[in-house]
Amino acid sequence: MPTLDQFRALFEPRGVVVAGASTHPGKFGFVSLHNLLSAGYQGKVFATNLAGEEVLGIQTVPSVLDIPEGEADLVFVCTPSAANPQLLRDCASRGITAAFITSAGYGEAGDEGRAAEEELVALAEELGMLIAGPNGQGVVSTPVGLCAQIVAPNPPAGRIGVASQSGNFVSSFMNFGVASGIGFSRGISAGNAAMTTVADYLEYYGQDPATAVGLAYVEGLTDGRGFLERLRGVTAHKPVVVVKGGATSGGQRAAASHTGSLATDDRVFDGACRQAGITRAKTIDEAFDAAASFATQPLPRGNRVVVLTTAGGWGVVTADAIAQTSLELITLPEDLLAQIDTKLPPRWSRNNPVDLAGGETRDTIPEVMAMVAEHPDVDAIIYLGLGIQSNQAKLMRTGSFYPDHGLERIVDYHERQDARFAQAAAEISERTGKPILTATELAVADPENAGPATVRATGRMCYPTSHRAVTALDHMWRYARFRSRRAG
Amino acid sequence: MPADTDSTTTLSESESKRLLASFGVPIAEERLAPDPDAAAEAAEAIGFPVVVKLNGDNIAHKTERGLVRLDLGDADAVRRAGADLLGLATAEDGEVALLVAPLVRGSRELIAGLATDPQFGITVMLGVGGILAEAIGDVVLRMVPIDRIDADDMIDDLATQALLAEFRGEPPVDRDALAAVLLGLSAAAEADPRIVSADLNPLIVSDGRPIAVDALVEVRD
Repeated sequence: MPTLDQFRALFEPRGVVVAGASTHPGKFGFVSLHNLLSAGYQGKVFATNLAGEEVLGIQTVPSVLDIPEGEADLVFVCTPSAANPQLLRDCASRGITAAFITSAGYGEAGDEGRAAEEELVALAEELGMLIAGPNGQGVVSTPVGLCAQIVAPNPPAGRIGVASQSGNFVSSFMNFGVASGIGFSRGISAGNAAMTTVADYLEYYGQDPATAVGLAYVEGLTDGRGFLERLRGVTAHKPVVVVKGGATSGGQRAAASHTGSLATDDRVFDGACRQAGITRAKTIDEAFDAAASFATQPLPRGNRVVVLTTAGGWGVVTADAIAQTSLELITLPEDLLAQIDTKLPPRWSRNNPVDLAGGETRDTIPEVMAMVAEHPDVDAIIYLGLGIQSNQAKLMRTGSFYPDHGLERIVDYHERQDARFAQAAAEISERTGKPILTATELAVADPENAGPATVRATGRMCYPTSHRAVTALDHMWRYARFRSRRAG
Repeated sequence: MPADTDSTTTLSESESKRLLASFGVPIAEERLAPDPDAAAEAAEAIGFPVVVKLNGDNIAHKTERGLVRLDLGDADAVRRAGADLLGLATAEDGEVALLVAPLVRGSRELIAGLATDPQFGITVMLGVGGILAEAIGDVVLRMVPIDRIDADDMIDDLATQALLAEFRGEPPVDRDALAAVLLGLSAAAEADPRIVSADLNPLIVSDGRPIAVDALVEVRD
């Protein structure tokens, strides 16, 4: 298992060397240097190229030996596998202690490749160097602006740490991050995981102050029990979300050819995750939603939920979704009913979901939300209906009558209101320490709508459907329950 | 460790039960009798109605072979069944005897056991039993060892929760007793690393209490 110092060299290097930089914008040696420079990496950047050409304004050198000692901690390797043993020796002599290897031709490439991979690991151990990969896509670390990847995207900064057996899922998770505004602390594709595995990265994230939640895609496990036992050490103080490929026999056949792993009964994996307090998601979006919630919402202290909605149908469907989970849609306590009665006309639902029934005045939503959140019998709120006013405002702004007929003023008012509601949700959640999840399809239908845009500005996720919010909250509650039961 | 790379032996029903009972798994009271007369005597002591089965080290699929006689109401019926069963024994069955047990009644059946997974090692299993068990496929598993929290979670994780509540005039399933079955299985697997698998099938819920009326333990040689 790599040391903390080696992980620091990987995720917070003082300088990075791109080995095998290329002038051809289609090659990995160009793309990775481009991404590293464009993402605003704060440390020094060096690059090697046999011809010593200039690439993207960087004067490359023919050999790592031409780089001053002690200025770089990480080498990003784009050279052919045959060149790598000498490269690593040269890197070690310059004080480099971590290598991300994108080169292919290793374990995935038959017996010869497997032998080369074993030799590489033995060499790295001899040199005291961490190897990530080989055959991986790259490493991201937002606290130092590091985006050393052979693919996009460069995600926003945040508190999710992702590790994946399949590099493309690092991209998928980060694309969800770009779309939702929820960011990442670290991200890495384990590639062939010759020396450093997904469990190693997750254990590091467990100790990493920049990371609030681990998020992983795994396919094949060679030691399922060992994997779970190690993650149990992380979940004792930090949530870990896992999505596993190969849950069905069809998926297992695909996984066996991809990662060469032993098939296991999916129900065993499921039970083992439950035992270890791992949040297991069925799909990539469910996994991202759960991680985003852990990263941005307080953990619920119980499972008692109130749904706050401005329209009846949404509340009904959300109540149905809650009934399928471990969450409880509580009966509203008498004192809370009486409190809400003072703010709404008599036609309101007087029930949970709290359907405001269009009876809101300027301050109703923030006031009722605060009453509900402050009640000791309520552990979490799901808030529906944000952005309706701004959606109408958009139509008015782009219509032919704008700005006359009082439209300018009402458009402004609508947008201000939705922004206030989104802010109130964040502020009340922070003040009460209770999760408040806001859901509206406008999060994806019109991300610039003042409602979802303000939710993002508060650093939170605007869930595209209430079902996704309910599922995420259910995951949070299950983990919170695990923690409270396993405390001490 | 994959079970299929080792050679294993299945313990006889009575030996399997004795092993699991010593870890707190509730097993219906039973007696072994060498001949039909002794079986009738055992049945008198246990109280009618009883079940009589042929017991032996190498007998695994009793029901398929017709080696189980249910609901025997008097000593004569037990003697006749005993003579029949002994007559059905084959040379491969090895040493055999008659196993006499009370007829446990209950409209609900569960299954519980131990199974070895290639990735996760020995696991505890709980599921809905009965003739539709395989089609329903309502099964939960955990890695050995489990504790009481895991046992409670397993019970909560069964999809067919209605089966655990009050059912056809019978009381709800005693969760403490069901947890004790799972904890007993886990303890057995932990204490005896030879165990590769165990089956309690069925685990009849009688008056709310789960009772194993059949058990098979497979051990590594």
